[in-house]
Amino acid sequence: MATVMIDLKRLGDVKAPAGFADRVLAQAGMADSYAVFETVLGPVYVAWNRLGVSAAMRSKSAAEFEEWFEREVGRRLVRVDPPADLARKISDQLSGKRRLRFDLRGLTPFSQAVLEKTLKIPRGQVRPYGWVAREIGHPAAVRAVGTALANNPIPYFIPCHRVVRSDGVIGNYGGGGPEAKKNILSLEGVQLARLQKLAQSGYRYEGVKSTKIFCFPTCYHGRHAREENFVFFHDEAEARAAGYRPCKDCRPAVA
Amino acid sequence: MEGTERVFERLVRDNQDRIFALSLALTGNRHDAEEVAQDTFLRAYRALADYPPERVRELKQRAWLHRIAVNVFRNRVRGLRPRLVELNGSEPSTASGPEEDVLRRAEIDELAARVACLPARYREAVVLRHVQELSYAEVADALGQPVGTVKANVHRGLKILRGENHGDGDD
Repeated sequence: MATVMIDLKRLGDVKAPAGFADRVLAQAGMADSYAVFETVLGPVYVAWNRLGVSAAMRSKSAAEFEEWFEREVGRRLVRVDPPADLARKISDQLSGKRRLRFDLRGLTPFSQAVLEKTLKIPRGQVRPYGWVAREIGHPAAVRAVGTALANNPIPYFIPCHRVVRSDGVIGNYGGGGPEAKKNILSLEGVQLARLQKLAQSGYRYEGVKSTKIFCFPTCYHGRHAREENFVFFHDEAEARAAGYRPCKDCRPAVA
Repeated sequence: MEGTERVFERLVRDNQDRIFALSLALTGNRHDAEEVAQDTFLRAYRALADYPPERVRELKQRAWLHRIAVNVFRNRVRGLRPRLVELNGSEPSTASGPEEDVLRRAEIDELAARVACLPARYREAVVLRHVQELSYAEVADALGQPVGTVKANVHRGLKILRGENHGDGDD
């Protein structure tokens, strides 16, 4: 009789497993989960919640990532063992095979518009800052676009590296400086040397003689043309004067 | 809303051990116990968000959580499906502490499994009364049963655990 009671009492002394409270808070949406993933870019800390991926950073340590996240995003973080399929989803996202969902709450509507637009730039292509500004309906806000991209909480995933200066300078990059930006673009198949040579000569657009269409130099519409069939333009007026119309895909100018 | 989150966090930290112990005693294994305990708190969270502030303030948290946990457990028993093999790797790693802890843990797990063999109505009564050490009145409240019924169920449950009256538990 007594032993059964004592045994039952001991069952009542059981402690919740380590991290239980944090997991509950994460499930209730009060904290984001995070883990570190091995990617083509090296180890990347990734945070997510029910709405999608909320942050990614090549931080030096978990502590650095947590500190940055809590300061910039304003929610708490809970380190978890990632769901088994998440690593593959992340590598698919980075190789352009899949679109993850993102949680951009907390950013200004302007920043959200910039990042949403940036998501639409295809892998292997680049666009100028001014293009993003024009596409989201704020053609004069080129600098603000640069700021929004510099503060992108989910670099690599939201490809802010695909936005470059129209003079061909690759420009700074929050995700690891200009060198990192160049590496990622090369990895994605951008012919940087060609792009920079054109930009340095002042050419911003390329046209294909047979179609009379002009594009940004990385647009895939021109990629099958032979080099001698390209013509290059300094600006939109020059292209139009030559009888060319803007590409409907990369939209170098309003059609 | 901010207020709810603070109340909820306190609620989880203050009650996690108790509710996990309850879930373990009811389900008999740590995997299901974590699910029941998590569900219990998530339901509590949704309820808290809907309650007016004075109701939240006057809430008898302990009794309330016990009631929710029992309901979560009962719903699971009702919709009992084959145990899913854990595929997503999110299960917390089995803590490997000193050998002494491992032994104690194995004992506890065996104990929980034994309690889990009791028919549900005896198990609920026994666990709330003798694992959680609630009063008969509190148990009756959590289970939504008359005190007399609870007393009888506790009595029968203990008898079975002691190995008496084997035929009694089959109905």
